Amino acid sequence: MLAAVITLAGLGFLGSLGLAIAARVFAVETDPRTEEIEEALPGANCGACGYPGCSELAKRIAEGKACIDDCPVGGQAVAKEIAGIMGVDFSGGERDVAIVLCAGNNENALKKYHYNGVYDCVSADMFYGGDKACSYGCLGLGTCVGACPFGAIEIMPEGIAKIISDKCTGCGKCVEACPKDIIKLVPASRKLHILCSSHDKGAAAKKKCEVACIGCQKCVKAAPEGAIEMDDFLAVVNYAMEIPENVADECPMGTIKVYDSENSLKQAAGGGS
Amino acid sequence: MAKGFFGGIHPDYHKELASGEPVKVMPLPEQLIVYFSQNLGVPSKPVVEKGDEVKKGQVIAEAGGFVSTPVHSPTSGKIKSIGLHPSPVGTEMEAAVIIPDGEDEWAEGCDKERDISGFTPDEIKNIVNNAGVVGMGGATFPTHVKLSPPEDKPIDILILNGAECEPYLASDHRLMLEKAEEILEGASLFARAINVDNIVVAIEKNKPDAIEKMKNLTAGRDRFRVEALGVIYPQGAEKQLIYAITGRKVPTGGLPMDAGALVQNVGTCFAAFEAARLNRPLIRRVVTVTGSGIKNPSNILARIGTTFRDIVDFCGGMTDDTAKVISGGPMMGIAQYSLDSAVGKGTSGIVLLKADEVAQFENNPCIRCGRCLAVCPMNLDPSAISIFAERMRYDETEEYCVMDCIECGSCAYVCPSKRPLVQHFKRAKAEIRKRSKKTG
Repeated sequence: MLAAVITLAGLGFLGSLGLAIAARVFAVETDPRTEEIEEALPGANCGACGYPGCSELAKRIAEGKACIDDCPVGGQAVAKEIAGIMGVDFSGGERDVAIVLCAGNNENALKKYHYNGVYDCVSADMFYGGDKACSYGCLGLGTCVGACPFGAIEIMPEGIAKIISDKCTGCGKCVEACPKDIIKLVPASRKLHILCSSHDKGAAAKKKCEVACIGCQKCVKAAPEGAIEMDDFLAVVNYAMEIPENVADECPMGTIKVYDSENSLKQAAGGGS
Repeated sequence: MAKGFFGGIHPDYHKELASGEPVKVMPLPEQLIVYFSQNLGVPSKPVVEKGDEVKKGQVIAEAGGFVSTPVHSPTSGKIKSIGLHPSPVGTEMEAAVIIPDGEDEWAEGCDKERDISGFTPDEIKNIVNNAGVVGMGGATFPTHVKLSPPEDKPIDILILNGAECEPYLASDHRLMLEKAEEILEGASLFARAINVDNIVVAIEKNKPDAIEKMKNLTAGRDRFRVEALGVIYPQGAEKQLIYAITGRKVPTGGLPMDAGALVQNVGTCFAAFEAARLNRPLIRRVVTVTGSGIKNPSNILARIGTTFRDIVDFCGGMTDDTAKVISGGPMMGIAQYSLDSAVGKGTSGIVLLKADEVAQFENNPCIRCGRCLAVCPMNLDPSAISIFAERMRYDETEEYCVMDCIECGSCAYVCPSKRPLVQHFKRAKAEIRKRSKKTG
């Protein structure tokens, strides 16, 4: 009996001694900041930063291999917090939000056929580029909705995607998912947008959609030089520059919209009205 | 010897609508829309410009690589414009709009009868390639590629595909009745090109007159054998046909040559005959125009580039309640949104249906009844693959061998939940191809 107790106790002591030595010899040095940074990150593990999850990004930031503002979801607030942990200054950078550059919905845009198949934009796009007559327009089947990790996209009853700016974190997942490539990330402070992506010539674009950019260039002339530029029959906003809101009034098609900060959605969905 | 394959379905065939109609030659239309890319594989490169005068049989697009074929002008005339047009395969494709001058004048060297008995295998491959001959059953795979197997894959059997298992279509059937001798001549050329003297003409039993005709013609010719196949869809699919005739299976991801077989559609044989004997490139084909939506179901010999609109008019026009126009058969064909689509080298038929004949997909959830598993001729699990595809789990669809799917549509045909299964598979295949391109 006693021998058994002593043997077991002895074995236990030897084992723990081994562990104690191993802990010293093979110790993995971790940066205490890694844990703090991970606390500060949103914890959605969405992968928008390009790393497998928040802990991996935290590790890389602590190691100096990633920037303090690499989390597009956390935006400025998180970047500031991380800057505090890392003991560096953080200034600048503005929150990006996604926007769907199309306003052609079921009411104002022409359809070329009745689509009856898989409810997914990429699948529809594989068949004559989708049911919209305009080959550039939003198909409204919600592939971006499925891609958004934050529930910031809705398909309006009129059949077009809209982004809820307040919920959007600018992670860019929808930009990648859209087969039409019409979702763009823009600075959140910018309110004037040209909601069209059609490179069709004016007459052709107008035939297919009541709110298409027809390339008349009225907005280009009204805006400060370089603030709106023409790209292959399409007026494109240069978001680096400020544009006065009254430029929107110049547009004969109602393609240019000015969003207010609270309800950007309703206007986008309203289309040509 | 096996005479069938696992799975398959028995749809309503409706072959009687057009199978009794002799092939009529369609007159020269007012304009032709010729797509620059008419084959599976590498797209062809256009070599003409707007305003150019072209002769009948002149090359308007050159082969873009080995797995590619040239495209020829179907008549003499002027190129009015070049631009994107809806095509029968479900995409907008670049095409030349040719306004015929009415002379229908051949380019130099074309349309001259010659002796074909002395051609060597390489000469035959060149002739077939230069004439733009592709698989005319619908897949449009360049024929000269099929005739060039690597040395380590010997081929010992040539199968002429006259199964025509797609419902409604009768173009191969009519061709076998009217041009049987020419088809066999073309097949002999193929056999010489790959050095094979075992040729099987495979025809489904629902075409007894064609079987009879072929049997009479091949009587006393040892190399040929006519095989009557059971009537089941998709009997005419390459892999299923090889299995039914030889009992050999094409390995997953493989080609018929991996099973030592070469399959050629009867229409392809005819095109090869015309190319070799008459020095005519592939500029016309037989198209079945049928269904309850067309006034006079017909088989017509149409030039490549004839618009569906002209063809429908030639066949008496649509009935009042036509709801759907399909290029190809109802199982594997592609629905058309515009009659401005034009006949391509793979357009075997145009099927027009009424609203009550058109099945609508409903995207209901899979109820795991397993009917699709029982009919899939490739022994796949369409139920599981479609569920993975729906959830965008494409790695799993690849593990479940979605790349082996032949898109025959048997699963969607029997699905009680009316799921658009084939569309799911097409999407999954496209995603997988995109990924493998990205990774190298």
